[in-house]
Amino acid sequence: MTMRDLYLLVPLAPLAASVIVGLFGPKLGRSLSHWLCILGVAISFAASIAIVRDVHAGHLFNGDVYTWLASGSLRLAVGFLIDPLTATMLIIVTFVSLMVHIYTVGYMADDPGYTRFFSYISLFTFSMLMLVMSNNFMQLFFGWEAVGLVSYLLIGFWYERPTATYANLKAFLANRVGDFGFVLGIGLVLAYFGTLDYAPVFAKAGSMAGTTIAPWAGGAWSLMTAICICLFVGAMGKSAQVPLHVWLPDSMEGPTPISALIHAATMVTAGIFMVARMSPLFEWSETALSFVTVIGATTALFMAFLGIVQNDIKRVVAYSTLSQLGYMTVALGVSAYSAAIFHLMTHAFFKALLFLGAGSVIIAVHHEQDLRHMGGLRRYMPITYVTAVIGSLALAGIPPFAGFYSKDAIIEAVGLSHVGGHRYAYFAVMAGVFVTAFYSFRMLFLAFHGEERFHPHAAQQGAADPQGKHAQGEHAHDASSAAGAEPDAHVHDAGPPRESPWVVTVPLILLAIPSVFAGWAYVQPMLFGDWFGNSIFVREPHAVLGELKGEWQGPLAFALHSLATAPFWLAIAGIATAVYLYLVNPAMPARIAARFAAITTLLDNKYYFDRFNDWFFAGGARWLGNFASTYGDRTIIDGWVVNGSAKLVGIASRAFRRIQSGYVYHYAFMMILGVFGLLYWWGVR
Amino acid sequence: MTPYLSLSIWVPIAAGLAVLGVGRDRDAAFARWIALTGAVAGFLVTIPLYAHFDTATSAMQFVEYASWIPRFGIHYHVGVDGISVLFILLNSLMTVLVVWAGWEVITTRVAQYMAAFLIMSGLMNGVFCALDGILFYVFFEAMLIPMYLIIGVWGGPNRVYAAMKFFLYTLLGSLLMLVALIYLYSVSESFEILEWYKVPLEMGAQIPLWIAFFLAFAVKVPMWPVHTWLPDAHVEAPTGGSVVLAAITLKIGAYGFVRFILPIVPDASRYLSGFVITLSLIAVVYIGFVALVQTDMKKLIAYSSISHMGFVTLGFFLYSQLGVEGALAQMLSHGFVSAAMFLCVGVMYDRMHSRQIADYGGVVNTMPKFAAFMMLFAMANAGLPGTSGFVGEFLVILAAVKADFWLGFAAAVTLILGAAYTLWMYKRVIFGPVANANVAKLTDIGRREFWLLTVLAVAVLGMGLWPKPLIDVMHVSVANLLQTVARSKL
Repeated sequence: MTMRDLYLLVPLAPLAASVIVGLFGPKLGRSLSHWLCILGVAISFAASIAIVRDVHAGHLFNGDVYTWLASGSLRLAVGFLIDPLTATMLIIVTFVSLMVHIYTVGYMADDPGYTRFFSYISLFTFSMLMLVMSNNFMQLFFGWEAVGLVSYLLIGFWYERPTATYANLKAFLANRVGDFGFVLGIGLVLAYFGTLDYAPVFAKAGSMAGTTIAPWAGGAWSLMTAICICLFVGAMGKSAQVPLHVWLPDSMEGPTPISALIHAATMVTAGIFMVARMSPLFEWSETALSFVTVIGATTALFMAFLGIVQNDIKRVVAYSTLSQLGYMTVALGVSAYSAAIFHLMTHAFFKALLFLGAGSVIIAVHHEQDLRHMGGLRRYMPITYVTAVIGSLALAGIPPFAGFYSKDAIIEAVGLSHVGGHRYAYFAVMAGVFVTAFYSFRMLFLAFHGEERFHPHAAQQGAADPQGKHAQGEHAHDASSAAGAEPDAHVHDAGPPRESPWVVTVPLILLAIPSVFAGWAYVQPMLFGDWFGNSIFVREPHAVLGELKGEWQGPLAFALHSLATAPFWLAIAGIATAVYLYLVNPAMPARIAARFAAITTLLDNKYYFDRFNDWFFAGGARWLGNFASTYGDRTIIDGWVVNGSAKLVGIASRAFRRIQSGYVYHYAFMMILGVFGLLYWWGVR
Repeated sequence: MTPYLSLSIWVPIAAGLAVLGVGRDRDAAFARWIALTGAVAGFLVTIPLYAHFDTATSAMQFVEYASWIPRFGIHYHVGVDGISVLFILLNSLMTVLVVWAGWEVITTRVAQYMAAFLIMSGLMNGVFCALDGILFYVFFEAMLIPMYLIIGVWGGPNRVYAAMKFFLYTLLGSLLMLVALIYLYSVSESFEILEWYKVPLEMGAQIPLWIAFFLAFAVKVPMWPVHTWLPDAHVEAPTGGSVVLAAITLKIGAYGFVRFILPIVPDASRYLSGFVITLSLIAVVYIGFVALVQTDMKKLIAYSSISHMGFVTLGFFLYSQLGVEGALAQMLSHGFVSAAMFLCVGVMYDRMHSRQIADYGGVVNTMPKFAAFMMLFAMANAGLPGTSGFVGEFLVILAAVKADFWLGFAAAVTLILGAAYTLWMYKRVIFGPVANANVAKLTDIGRREFWLLTVLAVAVLGMGLWPKPLIDVMHVSVANLLQTVARSKL
């Protein structure tokens, strides 16, 4: 088997599993279906490991698989670019995907759509792999939209719930707004570079840096700025940056495994990956970089605030994902691309861990997602608890956990940067550290510590629960969604919470390991070593990581040094605040919320983004459509012009009909008039 | 040499006449089988057109030339190039599907129904391959008659208004074209379309000619603002009628642009290209909004057709290889996708006798297989990569950005609007809990419907994943067309 075959195997193994299970799933049965899908992803994972070793042995690849379309001088192909950046993404995607596949066996055990779910997540894995392996913009867009499709299908997986189908439509449309910009960016690349292949475009980027385009007569925009901002709008949709972030919290309507895989670890990081991949373009536009920085900083801080007021365990993690994506985006903006990818990697591990942990909790308390109805769970589910603590420490950025290394590197990089908006970004990422630590531990304490608030509710929920019926084959999704619970069809009694089965806890443990060690182990090669080779391009004036490298003395020194810096103490302060408010003095939060009612209302309404979008965009589009349909089409075109001209013909013919009276003397009179008229005409001439 | 083109025209027509001979509904089964045999035979004779097509030349192929009315130099002259050949295949394939789709659904006047489709199929093949102006005009007008009957006889409650509107709209549009054809004869002494490409014309002659042709074809496409016949016609037409109308008839309008307008009056076309581009973009954006608020599924898809056809006219008038090939790809794809969407509505209509979105909800619960198919076609309608709907849209948007960033900007709005109106409809019809007792009683698609939709699904995915074999057919002809357009006739 050549390496090329191996590259092909990576995406094709999950695709084959997905197609087979998708078409024949119900006939194959559950266990064969899930084994097929797990096998497919496991093959991909194994191949990815082989590829990453091969790449670090110096074997890169850039070649086409087949020509998709040729038109004139343009050739669009499906092809692979295998370099260190791709290889890193391959490992992350296939590893998290494999964990989620295994976890799903337990989590979705009694769902009627079991095989369909496996088919979808394998299809997702395929799409994501095609996205990261692409060697051209067209295939990138292919993968880009394909992951969006699977995300749409999976958010709406429980299609009977109105909230789920609302959320998936919203997600698709918000992503399409991003894709709108993305496609224009691709169009500009083609128009000025004449090709959509990465290599020649990147090679030419430097010489095109001075080119300007005239958006209107006399105007002049830097071509690179226009391209990069258009492409970044795509990233804002996919990676949920303000103001296109609105879809991600709602995407929690989907089953928890996909929240972990798609809406935390992989798909939403596609935008981050894309910008890193496009670093040879972004490096030539200061404007675009500072745009990226400001958007990222805003997302990082303001979405973190929203994490504080959420009571749904999944939504806390979702807002935390938004905020962490903001951190990665800031890193991109300050040209610390490898720090962004490094944080993408550590985040993939600990965020997948937190989501799967949340899912484990949700199962244990009988599909309750409200933190107010949990508490004290650490006694019942020790494995979930310990892994959740690890995940929270990593998220809060406490050394030596993985998140510490990647987040601290980003903060240091922002501090050294001079890109426009860097002061604001520095403030945002610093403040964000406190908020992040606070909401992570708030969630941890509410779920696992304190008094047990689940029993009465769980019993009541169990009694009135429609899911008991569901297990007997009846569908009652919408009823349970009104109660805010995940309506998958676990048969459950209202007994005390139990630790989840091994298919759930083993992935938790396997994800906890890199959440602890991945930072320590990879910070040196990824940030300061030669891990990414030439796949990331940084111009000299932006080389903040290069500056950091001068002070680098190893991971241990980095961790020790951090003990004397602000981010560490901010994180500790955040945790301490959470300890005080949720363990020591649990009555306080309500008093604070009442005291600062205006702020609480603002946060509860998520800064009114949703309201505004519903009113302005959704409502406005419907109003415009109705207006155009009623007045434009029916009144003016059809009413006046089409039926009007028919009426005109009718009126005219009614008039002319009178002339055709049938009386001879009328005709004779007309003839005489005519004769006189002719005579007069001839006479005058 | 086998006269494949004549076969593709006359086999379906002969089959249609044979079916008419069956007549009464007592022998409906017999009529169906003759019709299907005729349609399949009609499709089979078009396969050599693709298989033996020489992609290296822009000259007309499979040419047949015979004298028809010698006094005026009118010939039976047919031939295809890379622009037209694929539409003959598409049309013949659609005929098979339509005959099959009407198999159990049409129970009254079966023979006449089948005959109308077969005859129309032959006439439309004639339109696509006619190289003589009068021959083209005869086919072009003759095909109105079967469509008029299909809507007027097998249509819905308001069918007479719709059929009348359809007929008058398109007839009025094409009358001036006859004048244009005769004028061209008077200056070139020939009815050969290819001769007209070479005849020099003053601007003062080109503009009126352009307007005459434009009216005829813009109504057919249809372009904004002469589009209002289409929603009415679709709503009233039976499923098969909608399929043919959307998949093939609209393409004839667009085909007229590349066969007549661009090469015959190139200077006027360049002069007026801003006008056409503006109308196309209005179709894409304005009609997109109109589609969003439709409450009738067929009307919604009809408006979405108008919006998608806006991409075709936009692509033609960008004067680039990418734009024209994108437009042609969009025509092919729209043939598959709109046909599939109308079939999907037909499948539901056959069971529920309603096209109102509000009467549905939660169809996926009772018709999961159907919901999966419709998901695919809805995504194709929204232009998702991997489906045929993406190819044309993507190429035209790329070509538009290349021509002018803001053109691309306006065209790309369809990414949002197309997804919005298609998926919002899908959500309301397919997703959700079972909405009412009628939906609860629905049965999933049967074997006939399954295979019907499978054929289209394969086409949609095939073209989306590997459009090269289709686009390669067009290259040389499109390049030649662009050269012709670039040469001034003044």
